[in-house]
Amino acid sequence: RYSLHLLFEAPISQCVLIACSENDISSEMFFLSILPLRHDDLKEMLDSNKDSLKLEAMKRIVAMIARGKNASDLFPAVVKNVACKNIEVKKLVYVYLVRYAEEQQDLALLSISTFQRGLKDPNQLIRASALRVLSSIRVTIIVPIMMLAIKEAASDMSPYVRKTAAHAIPKLYSLDPEQKDQLIEVIEKLLADKTTLVAGSVVMAFEEVCPERIDLIHKNYRKLCNLLIDVEEWGQVVIINMLTRYARTQFLNPNINEKKAEAMAMAKRKPYVMDPDHRLLLRNTKPLLQSRNAAVVMAVAQLYFHLAPKAEVGVIAKALVRLLRSHSEVQYVVLQNVATMTIKRRGMFEPYLKSFYIRSTDPTQIKVLKLEVLTNLANETNISTILREFQTYIKSMDKDFVAATIQAIGRCATNIGEVRDTCLNGLVQLLSNRDELVVAESVVVIKKLLQMQPEKHSDIIKHMAKLTDNIQVPMARASILWLIGEYCEHVPKIAPDVLRKMAKSFTNEEDIVKLQIINLAAKLYLTNSKQTKLLTQYVLNLAKYDQNYDIRDRARFIRQLIVPTEKSGALSKYAKKLFLALKPAPVLESPFKDRDHFQLGSLSHLLNAKAGGYQELPDWPEAAPDPSVRNVEVKESVRCDTQCGSDNLICQTFLSPFDSDLFSTESDSASGSESGSGSGEESGSGSQMLSFSTIAPSSTVKSYELLHRITGEGLSVEYCFSRQPFSSDANMVAVQMQFTNNSTSETKSLHMEDVKLQSGMRVKEFAEIESLPAGESATAVMGIDFCDSTQAANFQLKFFVSIQPPVGELMQPVFLTENEFKKEQGQLMGMNEITEKLTLDIKCRNEHAIVQRVTTTANLSRVPCGSDKECRFAGRTVTSGSLVLVTVVTKDEGATQLTVNCEKMVIGTMLVKDILLALTQ
Amino acid sequence: MIHSLFLINQSGDIFLEKHWKSVIGRSVCDYFFEAKEKAVDPENVAPVLQTPHHYLISILRGKLFFLSVIQTEVPPLFVIEFLHRVADTFQDYFGDCSEGVIKDNLVTVYELLEEMLDNGFPLATESNVLKEMIRPPTILRSVVNTLTGGSNVGDTLPTGQLSNIPWRRAGVKYTNNEAYFDVIEEIDAILDKSGTTVCAEIQGVIEACVRLTGMPDLTLSFMNPRLLDDVSFHPCVRFKRWESERVLSFIPPDGNFTLMTYHVSSQNLVAIPVYVKQNISFFETGPCGRLDITIGPKQTMGKTVEGLMVTIHMPKAVLSANLTATQGNYSYDLATKVLVWDIGKLNPQKLPNLRGSLSMQAGVPRPEENPSLNIELKIQQLAISGLKVSRLDMYGEKYKPFKGVKYVTKAGKFQVRT
Repeated sequence: RYSLHLLFEAPISQCVLIACSENDISSEMFFLSILPLRHDDLKEMLDSNKDSLKLEAMKRIVAMIARGKNASDLFPAVVKNVACKNIEVKKLVYVYLVRYAEEQQDLALLSISTFQRGLKDPNQLIRASALRVLSSIRVTIIVPIMMLAIKEAASDMSPYVRKTAAHAIPKLYSLDPEQKDQLIEVIEKLLADKTTLVAGSVVMAFEEVCPERIDLIHKNYRKLCNLLIDVEEWGQVVIINMLTRYARTQFLNPNINEKKAEAMAMAKRKPYVMDPDHRLLLRNTKPLLQSRNAAVVMAVAQLYFHLAPKAEVGVIAKALVRLLRSHSEVQYVVLQNVATMTIKRRGMFEPYLKSFYIRSTDPTQIKVLKLEVLTNLANETNISTILREFQTYIKSMDKDFVAATIQAIGRCATNIGEVRDTCLNGLVQLLSNRDELVVAESVVVIKKLLQMQPEKHSDIIKHMAKLTDNIQVPMARASILWLIGEYCEHVPKIAPDVLRKMAKSFTNEEDIVKLQIINLAAKLYLTNSKQTKLLTQYVLNLAKYDQNYDIRDRARFIRQLIVPTEKSGALSKYAKKLFLALKPAPVLESPFKDRDHFQLGSLSHLLNAKAGGYQELPDWPEAAPDPSVRNVEVKESVRCDTQCGSDNLICQTFLSPFDSDLFSTESDSASGSESGSGSGEESGSGSQMLSFSTIAPSSTVKSYELLHRITGEGLSVEYCFSRQPFSSDANMVAVQMQFTNNSTSETKSLHMEDVKLQSGMRVKEFAEIESLPAGESATAVMGIDFCDSTQAANFQLKFFVSIQPPVGELMQPVFLTENEFKKEQGQLMGMNEITEKLTLDIKCRNEHAIVQRVTTTANLSRVPCGSDKECRFAGRTVTSGSLVLVTVVTKDEGATQLTVNCEKMVIGTMLVKDILLALTQ
Repeated sequence: MIHSLFLINQSGDIFLEKHWKSVIGRSVCDYFFEAKEKAVDPENVAPVLQTPHHYLISILRGKLFFLSVIQTEVPPLFVIEFLHRVADTFQDYFGDCSEGVIKDNLVTVYELLEEMLDNGFPLATESNVLKEMIRPPTILRSVVNTLTGGSNVGDTLPTGQLSNIPWRRAGVKYTNNEAYFDVIEEIDAILDKSGTTVCAEIQGVIEACVRLTGMPDLTLSFMNPRLLDDVSFHPCVRFKRWESERVLSFIPPDGNFTLMTYHVSSQNLVAIPVYVKQNISFFETGPCGRLDITIGPKQTMGKTVEGLMVTIHMPKAVLSANLTATQGNYSYDLATKVLVWDIGKLNPQKLPNLRGSLSMQAGVPRPEENPSLNIELKIQQLAISGLKVSRLDMYGEKYKPFKGVKYVTKAGKFQVRT
């Protein structure tokens, strides 16, 4: 009935609907193709008031665009529908508009007001899509409107709209480059954005608009490093590539000692210490080697290749070898980069030699690249395996590949002296191959090898002389002739005969062969003029009338030089010296040599030519620029409230007496900078941790997750035991909590509810946080009396959470002298003493490390002690004040005895377990 | 970045073009056609070509070329990876990525391309996000849509794009909650003439099909995670937990996805499930050659080898093959010179054998090389590396899901040289 009703609408709708109802199995294009419609009909459909007809018409029009057919004359009819209610019609109109607006600028302006309205829509996705289409319309007249829209969107509440703004920047820039300065301002603003959604897109805009403004990155460097793991994969690639360039301008070369010449100069300078920011970048990119996206893996690999200390570059090999399993296009690009890397850092791919073995089913280009890598990897130890492998390749049906293999053998032979003779013999055997291409390639390679030691191999030269009868490939003929000419003294009898034959066939030879015949003739004339004088004259005469002017020129020149006449100048005296000068042997080197001056993974590297828009990878600076430019002022709201001031003091008194190093690092982070040095390690999500490090005063304080941002619907909470006495109740353990609102809306009234505790436990709640705006963080401190047990404190914080303390946090340090310690220990013997024998972890075999690990595990203070073999620690449990005494006595080779004395046996046993773990791992 | 995309079929027709910036004429593809002409096989076309004003980066998927036009510096892998992602998306949407299917769904394809790139930079490539915006076609919907004027475009706005976990859509609901994991291992090996292993390695992949309501948080652990030497993960996997505990902890995407791929450490000896005895020889005198191949089980861990198939690319001079197979069928394609012997299940009591004569083109010299054998096989219920999933736990949701793990071993690039 529905179709009948429509039948009266218009003639076209009739056919369409009949077509529809008759083909109920059809896919969407089935009936579109059976009924080609004229443009007039389409216009009529677009003007109708039925959405279904409009949609139908738009689908046909988009299909025309997709096929590359011209649909520009429908513009007025289509643009009218830009405000259509139906979403799909609207989207298709957008597709049309973006495609043709450039050609119909005046008409396109009709649609602008719709988008301007869309920019004000309360729905973020509509705002974003309006901006997206508006910025894609390439009409110069609307540049000011676009600029305004971008600026507005850049400070939009929604990160998605801000992301779209970042995307719009390069579009506007390509439309009107004069807007650059204003756009840079927007980029600067968006670079400061803290959301992962925006990060990738804005760096992309940065790279397209102002890649030279490296100074914009300073303040955002640490944030970008920390966000990186959570950015979407395409953004990761762009950020990593940009940061590679950044690091090259800001940090020192970690491999400076590699160059011996500079080692001297280095000795005078202070020793190299890696900038913590440099380390941060390396550490935060490493996990991305495990990405499923080949482009991300390659980006990290090139970052490591260009920035990491030599000893650490090796980690990328495994990941790159993994990519060889991927699509052949991926293999192609990866192998190109591996080929370049193997020249400089051969060692790292050597364990994966077999992964580069060639299968007969590989495409030729992959085979050739694998061959290149194998050749680069060849050394004295593996050459025999590689040559055996090459032998199987020579029999391949793919002749281009065989030719490349022969070249590769030649290169192995030049690089590795031990196998030169073996290779040469192998190649000589190939001279009897049935395939001419193989023979020709062998000749060319043998020629190069013979140049190294001609005197030893006159028999090979003789053998090759015989080949001139059969071999037709010009390059090979030319090579043989050159060889005979060059070493005619080694084959005095054969050489004139070869020249005789060549003189006979001169006119039929290719140009390169002719040139070599002339060379051969000249050289023979100089050494053996008796036999060859006439022949030479004959050849030169033939050449004189050759069609090719190069050959005529050469003949004329050589005749003047070698045949003495009255007119010939002083030069002819030296003719022999000129022709038979000792020529240096050619160096067979990889075409990938020195390609690493292009940033690896780039298009320019692949093409070995600078592509448009390529940013040079700068050389390392001689002296590092000021690292403090990357310091960021911490917002007041993030800093912890009243206790912050005393923070440093406490740390100082606890740690400085025995660990000055530790103290110095932490005074850095406590002094207000968002130090990267310790931050990334402990937390999964960098963004939260970033601000967290400013609160945790010491790197020894470990933080725990209370509420993950996913389970918390955007709210994430982490907590740590700040190890400060809880001010209002001395029997409580202070727990510092860090709230971060990752959602897009404000969170209100954060407070504790429904506290469930074991008997005896008490909690001092933190003050309610009234509101936490999107993207912001706040901290609060609460106190819990755990009653000297490790039972959990459970409560509601919008969601159900629980805090369970490690046993080491249930105590606080006390200061004892050595004598006091021994006295107290004497009273806690027998049942109260627990002793354990252990072997220290290799990294932990010094006093410094032991102290650090024990104090990290438990909140104890060190007791001064005369012997360096013994470390003693003391503390009291928070609730009952029972003494906890720990003694670590080290013996040879890491054998160690750990003793814990404590009245509370449960605490003692658990503490032993924890410390044991800390010392052995 | 990516300026334009052209889809080209095997015979060299451009059947779809899409431009993300100003329009670039089709003539730019001529450089590509020239290169294609030069390369004998389509797969030998270099993926990156340079023309006077543009760079062309192409991939070959199935029988289609995806050719993108680039104007400025961009990491080539970035483009290649993206193009493959486009092809994967088509596959995912239409069940196939062929010319016919793309032509049939031209408008949907166009809408997808529009969403996947903005100004040449990837915007939404997660299948879950795309499916919220553009619904995959089903027969029923296309009928309903044509009658009612309904649309493929989702009327709810995609929220996945805005969330921290873009790979999972919100508000997923199922009546049957189930999570299946397929552990698929492939043996890549080269065996030489005498049957000794030149190189062999195991590559594995865990394919997941997860249909769970809500926001489940899964943890998958292995009995022997130390076997895994090198891994790569879907972005949903929490890398830190893997580093510290060697478990896979993740909030899964909805539907099918590749959870991880792995490589088994090369120190472990790789078990080769079959041995091949072969003798292929071409005689100097007389236009003929002989072929004799027998396959038997080697290290099969007590399982049956199925889906056994041998493919041989013969030298050009081989005109026809007159063979007898004790099991399965063989076929010889005269045009491509490919001999395929489809054996099926391997019976250890009665080993399959293929023998007979090959007739050669007269007057052509004897081929230098014997062609190598490519072997395909499949072993159900076995992960050849010995990897075992120990358990799957779910947090964050209350219901009990149905869980299943399946193991399969296949031959990857398994080649026997002769």
